[in-house]
Amino acid sequence: MASIFKLDNLYRFFMRAYPIKSYGGTPPNAPLRKELSQCRVALITSAGLHLQDQTPYDDRIIGGDCSYREIPNTIETQVLALGHRSKAFDASGTESDINLVLPLDRFRELENEGKIGSLNDRHFSFMGSITKPKPLIERTAPEVAQILKADDVDVAFLTPV
Amino acid sequence: MCNQSVGLIQRAVEEMGISTTSITLDESITKRVKPPRVLSVPYGFGYPLGEPNNPELQHAIIAEALALLADDATPPILKSSRHTPCAVT
Repeated sequence: MASIFKLDNLYRFFMRAYPIKSYGGTPPNAPLRKELSQCRVALITSAGLHLQDQTPYDDRIIGGDCSYREIPNTIETQVLALGHRSKAFDASGTESDINLVLPLDRFRELENEGKIGSLNDRHFSFMGSITKPKPLIERTAPEVAQILKADDVDVAFLTPV
Repeated sequence: MCNQSVGLIQRAVEEMGISTTSITLDESITKRVKPPRVLSVPYGFGYPLGEPNNPELQHAIIAEALALLADDATPPILKSSRHTPCAVT
């Protein structure tokens, strides 16, 4: 684990200097107006997950692959493949338990306990390692947002990798 | 860059009127992207929910992130998890 730890710190050092866009002002704000136990919830991850029969992400795209994959709520969590490989993170944890990056089984438990209203019929995964996010900002992220709105989703829970 | 992507997606979803909460593994990026509600966790890249096959810890982290949805503060809300790094990371 020592080498991963060193890589992790190196990556953090690199990211502090990386010229990503800084946003000013206040972010968009849609306060939750009902109890979680009444809410429909969708999960989103940037772990680059996909089903075996879906087209893998394309790591040859300069600036990163801004596409997304729809993850049906009915899948067995462990059938998902991790399409995102990077020297910047240790993938062994996710290979052992997908819930580490897409906690679908945990949210199913919350649904069964009545702590959330329901899970949406679909969830979404994007790819990480996007250095030029313009297509993400202008097209694919708003597309997913529109789909979730049409699905009457109240809450989105997002995880990086 | 994963943490940047999540922040940008989160902003787009919230812009659509859907409440969002997320986890970050890198506060320095999240402070620049400024999504509305974020829980900062003390784990290595690849471990946003702490530990594999540890449902108890995963639930505890999810609960902390979901609690931000009930926070009355004006976004951006960036809070640190009360959990400490675990051995695996």
